[in-house]
Amino acid sequence: MEFVAAHDLDEALAAKAEQPDAELLAGGTDLMVEVNLVHHRPKQVVSLRRIGELREVSSTRIGAGVTWSRLERGDHRGLAEAARTVGSPQIRAAGTIGGNVGTASPAGDGLPWIAAADAAIEVRSKARGTRVVPWRDFFVGVKRTSLERDEIITAVVVPDDIPEAQEFAKVGARNAMVISTVSCLVMRGDDGFRIALGSVAPTPIRATAAEGMLNAEAKITEAALDEVARVVSEEVRPITDHRSTEAYRRHAAGVLARRLVERSLR
Amino acid sequence: MTTPTRTHVTGGIGTSVRRPDGVPKVTGNFAYASDLHSKDMLWGATLRSPHAHARLISLDTGPALAMTGVRAVLTQDDVPGLPLFGQEEQDQPVLCDGVARYWGEPVAIVAADDEETAQRAAASIIAEWEPLAPLDDPEKAADDGSLFRELKIRRGDKEAAGTVVVEGVYETASQDQAPLGTEAGFAIPDGSGGLDLYVTSQWVHVDHRQIIACLDMEPDQIRCHPAGIGGAFGAREDISLHIHVAMLSLATGRPVKMEYDRSESFVGHVKRHPSKMWYRHEADADGNLVKVTARLLLDGGAYAHTSRAVLANAAFFTVGPYRCDNVVVDAQVVKTNNPPCGAMRGFGAVQACFGYESQMDRLAEELGVDPLDLRRQNAMRGGDPLATSGQVIDAPLPTVEVIDALEAIPLPEPLASDDPRLLPGGTGLTTPASKVVRGVGYAVGLKNVAFSEGFDDYAEARVVLTRAGVEVHTAAMEVGQGLVTVCQQIARTVLGIENVAVVWDDTSHIGSAGSTSASRQTQMTGGAVHAASVGLRDRILADFGGDELRNDGVYRAGERIATIDEICAEGPVEHLVRFRHPETHPPDENGQGDVHAGFVVAAHRAVVDVDPELGLVRVVRVDTAQDVGKALNPQAITGQLEGGIMQGVGLAVMEELVVDHGVIRNPTFTDYLIPTFLDAPAVETRIIEAPDPWGPFGAKGIGESPTISSTPAVVAAIRAATGKALTRAPVRPQDIVGI
Ligand SMILES: Cc1cc2nc3c(=O)[nH]c(=O)nc-3n(C[C@H](O)[C@H](O)[C@H](O)COP(=O)(O)OP(=O)(O)OC[C@H]3O[C@@H](n4cnc5c(N)ncnc54)[C@H](O)[C@@H]3O)c2cc1C
Repeated sequence: MEFVAAHDLDEALAAKAEQPDAELLAGGTDLMVEVNLVHHRPKQVVSLRRIGELREVSSTRIGAGVTWSRLERGDHRGLAEAARTVGSPQIRAAGTIGGNVGTASPAGDGLPWIAAADAAIEVRSKARGTRVVPWRDFFVGVKRTSLERDEIITAVVVPDDIPEAQEFAKVGARNAMVISTVSCLVMRGDDGFRIALGSVAPTPIRATAAEGMLNAEAKITEAALDEVARVVSEEVRPITDHRSTEAYRRHAAGVLARRLVERSLR
Repeated sequence: MTTPTRTHVTGGIGTSVRRPDGVPKVTGNFAYASDLHSKDMLWGATLRSPHAHARLISLDTGPALAMTGVRAVLTQDDVPGLPLFGQEEQDQPVLCDGVARYWGEPVAIVAADDEETAQRAAASIIAEWEPLAPLDDPEKAADDGSLFRELKIRRGDKEAAGTVVVEGVYETASQDQAPLGTEAGFAIPDGSGGLDLYVTSQWVHVDHRQIIACLDMEPDQIRCHPAGIGGAFGAREDISLHIHVAMLSLATGRPVKMEYDRSESFVGHVKRHPSKMWYRHEADADGNLVKVTARLLLDGGAYAHTSRAVLANAAFFTVGPYRCDNVVVDAQVVKTNNPPCGAMRGFGAVQACFGYESQMDRLAEELGVDPLDLRRQNAMRGGDPLATSGQVIDAPLPTVEVIDALEAIPLPEPLASDDPRLLPGGTGLTTPASKVVRGVGYAVGLKNVAFSEGFDDYAEARVVLTRAGVEVHTAAMEVGQGLVTVCQQIARTVLGIENVAVVWDDTSHIGSAGSTSASRQTQMTGGAVHAASVGLRDRILADFGGDELRNDGVYRAGERIATIDEICAEGPVEHLVRFRHPETHPPDENGQGDVHAGFVVAAHRAVVDVDPELGLVRVVRVDTAQDVGKALNPQAITGQLEGGIMQGVGLAVMEELVVDHGVIRNPTFTDYLIPTFLDAPAVETRIIEAPDPWGPFGAKGIGESPTISSTPAVVAAIRAATGKALTRAPVRPQDIVGI
C-alpha cells in the first residue's frame, strides 16, 4: 500500500489525478473501520490531514477537514448539536465533516443540517478545477455521491442567509455513541420552517410536504403540530433493518419533527 | 468453618485489599493472551462458513498453499485424532465435516508468516457450497424433536388449582458476553512432539481433555497454560481456537498465534440461549402460590456445548425463590442452525427469572397487593423445599432480608434537570424533561453455586511454604473477577503469613480447579486453598509443637519457637487438597432430588425515566441487596454487583444478537450495543451475610446473581412507567411505542 501524506491541496489533487482510485484519508474513522472490518485494502492512500486549507471555517464555508470537536463549539447551532452526538470524544477529535459527506451514509449526522441549510458541496479536481454541487445533486444513494474519482471535497458551502434558529435531535438505541435510527434538523427563519431528516431514506431528505403545510399556517397551533408529525411520518421512506423497523422510524421521524418545530418556537 | 480469623495479619479476609494485577492492568503492563508473541512465530487464520446450513461440495486449498509465506492449510482431514469436540457431548467437528451447521462454522485453517497473509490465504480458499434450508425456528425444532435435552418436572398434586390465575408468554434474546479481550491462543512446540499451549479459557483442564483427544496425544504431551484473560462471562467455557492453533503448530513445527478480531469473536464463541417461556401462576385469594405451570424453550443452536446444564438451571429455577407445592415444568433445549449457545453469566437462571418475576408482578396486580409484599409472603427460606426439585435448602436463605434491605435504600429524587445526559435519548436531545415518566420496578433472583446434578465437581490447590513466602498453586482461571486476591486473602488469614503469591500451574503440574463459572471459584478453589492452608498450618504446628503461625515463624504461647527458615530447613513444605462440595444427585424422572450444592439470592430495584412517545429509556439507578455468605473482599463484591448489573441492564434495554435465518446481523460493536458510561445507572449495594455451610469462612459465590434479577427489575420499571405489558427482553423503542 502506497501512502501519500499531502502537504497542500495541490499535492493531493495531483496524486488523485494520477491515481484516481487512491482512497482519501481524513480522520480515518470511516475508512479504517472499513479496512479492518471488510479487509478493504486500498492500493494507494492520500492523507489530507496535513492540509491547512481544508481546516478553515467561516460562517459561509466549512472546510472539509474540520473536525466534529470544532463544529461542536461552532456558531451553527444545529450543526453543533449534531456534532455533539457523533461517536465519542476520540471520534469527534478525528472525524471530519468532509469524511461524513464523503461516506454519505444515510445515518451521517452532519447531513440533515446540510440539507436544511440548502448547503452545497465544493469539490475540486486538477483537471477541471472547482465545482459547487447542490446537496440534492451530491447525495445520490446509500453511500453514493456524484463525486468524480479524481475529485476532492474541499468544503461545505453555506448560504449566508440561513436561519439562526436551528434544532437537531437524533434517536439511537442507546444514549451515547450510537448510530442514528432517525435524526432530524429543523430551522426556523423568516421564510418559514425547514425540516430535514436522516436515516429515513437512502440520502438525507427534506420533508417538503410538511414544510409546505406548516409554512401555509398563519399560526402554529397544536393541531398544526400534530399534522406536521403525521405528514412527516408519511413522507419519509425508511426501511426495516437490524437497527429498527420502518414503522418505528416513521413514527419517530414525525415525533422528532414535531418536537423540534416546537423547540424552535421557544 | 471454625478457623479463627488472625487479627495480626494484614490483607486477610474481610478487607478490600488491592488486587496484585490491578495496577499492571490499568497501566497496560499486564500480558493478555493477545500480547503473547515470539520472534519466529506464525499467525493462524480461519475460513468460516458463509451459510447457516450448507453442504460443502468441494474445498480447494490450492490458492492458499500457492501464496508466499503460507506454511500450512488444514482441513478436517488433517485432524490427527477424534474429529469432534465438545465439553459435555463431542458433537462439533473440529473443522467442517462436509456440512456447515451454523453461520461462521470453521472450515479450514491457515498458518502464515504474518497475520495479513494468513487472512488473505484463508479468504483465497475456494469452497463450493450447496445451501440447505436452515432450521432456524426453535418451535419448529421442538416439533421436529430436534432436541439436546428435555427435562420434565412434576411436583405435588397435578390437580391443584388456585383461584387467582395469571398467564404470560415471555421471550429473551440472545446476549453476547462481549468480553473486551477476544479469543487468543499461542502454541509453542516443545521439540519432542508436544506443545505448550497458552489459551484464553475458563477451565484449562476441560480444554486439555478435548484437545488431546482431537490431537491424539498423551496428556503430558500437551500442557495447557492459563493465559491473561480480558473477561469471559461464559464465552471461554467452550473451545474456540484452541485445537486449531495446536494443529497449526504441530503441522509447521513453529510457534503459532491466533487471535480473533471483534467480528470473528462474535461468531467464534457461544452465547446466551434465546428463550421463549409460557407461564401460568395460580394463587389462592390470600396470595399464596398454589401452582406454577410452565413450558420453557431454549434455542441451543447448532452444537451441544453446555446446553444440557443450562436447560437444567432454567428448569429448576422456573419458580424462583418462592415456595410452591405444585409445579409442572416442561423444558426443552433445541438444536437448530442458529449460532451455538452455551454459558453466559446466569446460565439459564437469567431467562427463567425474567419469566417468573414478570409473573409475580402480574399476580400482585391481579391480587391488588404490593409486589414486594407478595414476594415476601411467598419467599423461600432455609429449610424450605425448592419449588421445582423439592430439594430442602439446608442453609440460611435470606430472601426476605434482601428484599427488606433493598426496600430500605432511599429512592432517588424526582428528575429535576434539563441536562440531556440525564434524560432518555441523552445528547441526542430527543426528549425534554416534560415528556419523561418515571417508573420503579423490583425483582428477586435465585441461583445455584457450582455444578449440579451429580457432577463430580472438585478443585485442586497446593499451598507451599518456602523461605521466600507462601505460594498458592492452582489452575483456576482468573478472568478478571478477582479470584487471585481472594486466594491470597484466605491463605493469609489461615496461615498468618502475609507474603502470599498465587502461581498458575499448567495442566501437567496440578489437577483441575474446575471451571471459573457457575459462581463457583470463591467457594471451590477458595475452599481448596482454605483446606490446603489449614492442612499445612496444622502440620507445621504439630511438627514444632506450636500454637500459632506468623509471618516470621511458629509461636507457642506468644514465644517464637522456630523461624520460617527453620520450618523450611529441608525445603519447602506443602499441602495439596482436592476439595469437593457436598454431593449432588441427578434428578429422578419427575425432576426431583438434591440436584444443587448451594444457593444465592439477590434483589434489585430499578428506577427508570422513560420517554413513552419515542420509546426511549434512561436507567436512572439500579440498587441491589445480595446475600454473599461472608464478604471476603467487600470492594471486589461491589465490583461484581455493579458490573453484573450493567450486563443485566444491557439485556433489559439494548443487548441483542439479531439473528436472521441463522445469520448474525450485528456482529460488531457498531450494532451490538452494550451500555456506555452514559447508559450506566448509579448503583447502591447492600451486602447481606448469611454464612454458607461449606464455603470458606461461610463465603458464597456471588458472580452471577447481579445479572439475574437486574434485567426483570429494569423491565418492570419500564412497565410501571408506561403501562405496557413488555414481555420481551431487551425492550426496544418500538415495543414501548407499541408499533
Ligand atoms: C466509533 C465510531 C462512532 C461513530 N459515530 C458516528 C456518529 O455518531 N455519527 C456519524 O455521523 N458518524 C459516526 N461515525 C462515522 C464517522 O466518524 C463519521 O462519518 C466521520 O465524519 C468520518 O470522517 P473522517 O474524517 O474520519 O472520514 P474518513 O474515514 O477519513 O473518510 C471517510 C470517507 O470519505 C472519504 N473522504 C474523506 N475526506 C474526503 C474529502 N475531503 N474528499 C473526498 N472524499 C473524502 C474517504 O475517502 C472515505 O471514503 C462513527 C465512527 C466510529 C468509528
